[in-house]
Amino acid sequence: MINIITHYSHQLLSGFGWTLLSSVLALFFSLIIGSLFAIMEILPNKTARFVGRAYVELFRNIPLLVITMFFYLIIPLYLVKINGFTAGTIGLTLYTSAFIAETIRSGIQSVDTGQMEGARSVGMTYWQAMRYIILPQAFKIVIPPLGNQFVNLVKNSSVLAFVAGFDLMYQANSIASTTFDTINSYLVIGVLYLIITMPLSYYMRYLEKKIA
Amino acid sequence: MKKKFWLVSFLTIILVVLSGCGKQNSSQQSVLKNARASNTLTWGVKGDTKLFGLIDVADGQSKGFDVDMAKHITKHILGPKGKAKMVTVTSQSRTPLLKNGNVDAVIATMSITPEREKILDFSHSYFDAGQSLLVPKSSTIRSAKDLNGKTVIGVVGSNSVNNIHKVAPHAKVVELQDYAQAVNALKSKQGDALTTDNGILYGLAVENHGFEVRGGTFTKEPYGVAVNKGQDDLTKAINQAILEMQHSGEYNHLIKKWFGDVPGFDYKELYRK
Repeated sequence: MINIITHYSHQLLSGFGWTLLSSVLALFFSLIIGSLFAIMEILPNKTARFVGRAYVELFRNIPLLVITMFFYLIIPLYLVKINGFTAGTIGLTLYTSAFIAETIRSGIQSVDTGQMEGARSVGMTYWQAMRYIILPQAFKIVIPPLGNQFVNLVKNSSVLAFVAGFDLMYQANSIASTTFDTINSYLVIGVLYLIITMPLSYYMRYLEKKIA
Repeated sequence: MKKKFWLVSFLTIILVVLSGCGKQNSSQQSVLKNARASNTLTWGVKGDTKLFGLIDVADGQSKGFDVDMAKHITKHILGPKGKAKMVTVTSQSRTPLLKNGNVDAVIATMSITPEREKILDFSHSYFDAGQSLLVPKSSTIRSAKDLNGKTVIGVVGSNSVNNIHKVAPHAKVVELQDYAQAVNALKSKQGDALTTDNGILYGLAVENHGFEVRGGTFTKEPYGVAVNKGQDDLTKAINQAILEMQHSGEYNHLIKKWFGDVPGFDYKELYRK
C-alpha cells in the first residue's frame, strides 16, 4: 500500500483533484438546478408543474452511466465536442439535481399547509410567504437527506472513470493494471474518497445540530 | 471524542486486514493435476475483440482465434474428451482472475512483457502481433510519430498505452474500458487515433467502415498463454500442445479460418511450421 502511495503519488493527487473539482462543480450546479425544479414542481401553474415533474422523472430514472455516455459519445457526434471530464460532470449534475429536486420538494410539502394559509391571511404574497415562512422551515427538514445526496454525489463521481475523466477511479484502474496490485490500488483510493466524504458527512451533521 | 476514536481505529483495522489479503499466495495446488482430475480446463478469453474472442449474441458463446486455440490446446493436453470451459475476461480483469484461481489459464490477446513475467508465467508465443493505429480515412496521421500533440485512445490494462509514451512522448492518452467503447469514442472524435495490436485493429476496421489501420507496426507484441507462477507443468504442457498444433497444420488452419478474410492483411505471413 505504501509502495503505491509513494510511486504513484502524482497520479493519485491529480485523480483526487479532478474528483474534488467535479464534485464541487456538480454539487453547486445540482443544488441550484434542483431547487429550481423543486419549486416548479409545487407551483400552482399546471405547465410549470408538468415540466418540473418531467425533468425529475427523466433524470431520476435513467442510470447515471447512460446519461454520461450520452454526453460523451452522442452529443459530440451532432453538436459540440465535450471531453470526458465535462461529460461526466454534466451527467453527475443532471442526475443528482433530480434527486435534490425531490428532496427539496418533499421538504417544502412537509411544512404544514396552515403555515402558508396563515402567512397569506396576514397579507403576505405567495412569494413572500415562500421566502420568509415556508423555505426556512423546509431547509431545516431537508438537511439530513440533502447530506445523503451530497455524499452520494461524491461517490457517483467515479462514473468519470468510464469516460476517461482522470478521476480517482480512473487512476486506480490505471495503477491496478500497471502494478497488478488490484486490492491495494483500490484501497488507497477508497481512503481518498473517505477523505472527501467524511468531513462532508460531519459538516452536514454539525449543520443539522446548529440549525435544529 | 471517544466515539470518534473508536470509529477511526475500527476503520484502520479493517484497512490493515484487507490490505493483508493483497499478499495472497498463488495456489499451491497443481492446476494441471486438478484439470486432469476434473477433465476440464478453465480458460480466460476475450468477449469484446473481433477475430480473437467476441461474444456471439446468438448463443452467448465467445468465438475467435484465441477461443479455438484454447479448445485445441485443451484436447492436446487432456485428450479428445477434455472439456474447455470459457470465462470472459477483459484486459483489466484477466490478471486478477488468473491470480485468484478463477481461471486456470488466460488466452486473451495478452502480449508477453517483462513486467507481466514478474508475476505470471507465459507459454511460448502463439501469435506474433505488433502495435499499430486505427484512424478515420480522412486523418492526416501517417505514422506513430505524427501523434505528438494529438489525443490517442487506448484501453485500460493493455500494454499499448505505455508504448505510446515511448514513441510519441507528447501525445495525450485517454484510457477507456474496452474496445467497443474505445471505437465509439474514436467515432465521437474524443481522440485522433485508437492504438492497440494490429490483429485487434484489423478486426475493428472490418466492422467499422470509414476507418483504416495505418503506419505499420511499431512494436513487437508476441501473444502468449498466461498461467500462474509455479505451474510449470501446465506451462510445459501448453508449449507442447502449441508445438504439436504447428506440426500438424491445425495452427495454420485456424489462422486461415480467422484471418483469411481480412482485407489488406496477408494471413500467410502468420503461417508456422
